Amino acid sequence: MSLNNEIIQEKLVAKFGDQVGQFATTYGMLSFEAPKEMNLKVLQFLYDEPGLEFTFLTDICAVNYPEQKGAELVVVYHLHNLKENVRLRFSVSTGLDNTEVFTATKLFESANWMERETYDFFGINFVGHPNLKRILNVDEMDYFPLRKEFPLEDQTRIDKDDEMFGRG
Amino acid sequence: MRPVRFNIHPKEAEIADAIGMGKAPDGVTGDGFFATQLSSVVGLARKNSLWPLPFATSCCGIEFMATMASHYDLSRFGSERVGFSPRQCDLLMVMGTIAKKMAPVLRQVYIQMAEPRWVIAVGACASSGGIFDTYSVLQGIDQVIPVDVYVPGCPPRPEAIIDGFMKIQDLVGQESIRRRNSEQYKALLNSYGIQ
Amino acid sequence: MEHNHITLPEGSIEKTTTTLNIGPTHPATHGVFQNIMEVDGERIVSSDQTVGYIHRAFEKLAERRPLYQITPITDRLNYCSSPINNMGWHITCERFLNIETPKRVDYLRVIIMELARISDHLICNSIVGVDTGAYTGFLYVMQYRELIYEIYEEICGSRLTTNIGRIGGFERNFSNTAFTKLEKFLNEYPKVLKEFENLFTRNRIFMERTQGTGGISAERAMNYGFTGPNLRAAGVDYDVRVHQPYSSYQDFNFTVPVGTTGDNYDRFLVRNAEMWESISIIRQAYEKVQAFKGAEAEVFHADVPEYYLPKKEDVYTKMEALIWHFKIIMGEIDLPKGQIYSPVEGGNGELGFYLISDGGRTPFRLHFRRPCFIYYQAYPELIKGGMLSDAVVTMSSLNLIAGELDA
Repeated sequence: MSLNNEIIQEKLVAKFGDQVGQFATTYGMLSFEAPKEMNLKVLQFLYDEPGLEFTFLTDICAVNYPEQKGAELVVVYHLHNLKENVRLRFSVSTGLDNTEVFTATKLFESANWMERETYDFFGINFVGHPNLKRILNVDEMDYFPLRKEFPLEDQTRIDKDDEMFGRG
Repeated sequence: MRPVRFNIHPKEAEIADAIGMGKAPDGVTGDGFFATQLSSVVGLARKNSLWPLPFATSCCGIEFMATMASHYDLSRFGSERVGFSPRQCDLLMVMGTIAKKMAPVLRQVYIQMAEPRWVIAVGACASSGGIFDTYSVLQGIDQVIPVDVYVPGCPPRPEAIIDGFMKIQDLVGQESIRRRNSEQYKALLNSYGIQ
Repeated sequence: MEHNHITLPEGSIEKTTTTLNIGPTHPATHGVFQNIMEVDGERIVSSDQTVGYIHRAFEKLAERRPLYQITPITDRLNYCSSPINNMGWHITCERFLNIETPKRVDYLRVIIMELARISDHLICNSIVGVDTGAYTGFLYVMQYRELIYEIYEEICGSRLTTNIGRIGGFERNFSNTAFTKLEKFLNEYPKVLKEFENLFTRNRIFMERTQGTGGISAERAMNYGFTGPNLRAAGVDYDVRVHQPYSSYQDFNFTVPVGTTGDNYDRFLVRNAEMWESISIIRQAYEKVQAFKGAEAEVFHADVPEYYLPKKEDVYTKMEALIWHFKIIMGEIDLPKGQIYSPVEGGNGELGFYLISDGGRTPFRLHFRRPCFIYYQAYPELIKGGMLSDAVVTMSSLNLIAGELDA
């Protein structure tokens, strides 16, 4: 029987019980959450389980929700089963005080730079990453720019008049 | 609808219209000699054989490739040989966005160039940061190096790049040979922190 | 005798490899990439990449702009084929807002996207030729890229960073001049592509330079997240146009070329074959567009007043159009809440847009899944043990576009 969202949900609940939750289907894609300590177990299960076989990591990114206290940073994994052509979204959340998440680089080589980019933009510390340093920004930068608290523009620029741009 | 003309019926061109002689500098002509200022002759030689260094970083670089290709040939203006070594080039063409990570590299390339050197900032991003008013983009390369000509556009059409190049040629042709040793020029470089 | 005036750095006599910096400004890197390589003579022992020299903070910039203002940013991702990025973004918005586009719009979009794919593959393949020393192929096919640029100019006014199309369709109907130029392209280009192929595909020097270098197996490629022509050259037939069809690609008849070894030669051949397929798709799309007659032939956008600007004549005469115009421009339209991940087959692979909206007028978070960024990680593995000149050819055959890599 070909794979669909109900089967994925059943297998996950059967294996992990109530630790996986928040199942939702948006625009045809199933998404769910798990605590951040379980992220490698869930990814390994999705990789190895015959019938699930999500062996292609499409994307890793993060989102900053400043209002959700205790879960401000959410790491989102997009997975893809190429044989059955089914996509999946899996997210783990972490607070701002302890931003450590286990790295997925041993399972997927493509997670290497994607996690570096997530660290660069949001400050999420991936435990076990071979080379966690800034990738796109300048090495000397001391803040994590894509968090909502920081502005887009460079505040030290002198030639742009903010009054003219409607934000003076 | 407004009628559109494009070249599906090319008209035969007169050869006399297509070829013109360049304008000679002012001077005294005689039987077998021509006397003029040294700076005019030097300027004439330099402007028709500029060696550009294409510092192409992003989209404007692709328009530069189109300018160097056969349709909008830049080598008609003497810049047949593009060089990538700063020591050998006269004109630094900065095409594309310069991020703050790239700014020290750009400065280093400019410092390595030998006098006389000119800089053309091609595109909106090189001139002023362009549409990227963000924390990581340098808002114009004139924050780090002195610029002679700015070519606006995002990306500028090849004709606009050639127009900028022709303005550089005007500057080169009329430059005084004492300019690079003058106090004003030294003050300009000092304001950028370049000796 | 003592040579006190020579002081060498610590460990430099024992070290047998040379550290070579192929810096951000280098003619052979076609973009701002830095590679610090350890070479033993000509053989590469290891290499380390630095990227980010053109990081322009697209994702943060997109949080400030309403949906139609994000299209110019997507242009600058893969700027060799910017219509594909534009269309991908519009398709993402349409999926998110549940807008369905009429068939004629879909077919016109297919024509533009396949033209962009041809222009991207032309640059990549001719630059591979330039890196092996053959400059002629590049200059010859640039003429036909100019013709593609002229077609874009007829439709949207711009050559390279096109900002083509709107959410729901196009900004204007394709003029007869655009179709005339398209026919000229379809008549002349196949002959040029054949000549380009004759120059390279069975050329002994080119084959010996590119076969066997920069190869990768299918399993490693999938683990590295490869997509697009690079993955297809390694042997996996994954194409977003077939697996998750968008813009009515399911109505078209085309094959997906697949290679075997994933080396530079296979990538060149796969891109070449894709260009032939693109020509065939454009012909089919053109015939389908011509089949619309009468009022249907004037349709160029879907009816979605909240996101598609009304015609200026209507804005000056009708009240509703004036109100919609005001609401769209002044940002009074709120997006629905939700999140969507929508992929499209870009010139380099699966270009994905992950859009999260919390009900405001701008996205809460927009993330671009950029194929170049993901497969450039495999570069050290591709060049390890090979020669320095092969590393250069491998880099250009991967089709790395700096704008897409750094975003």
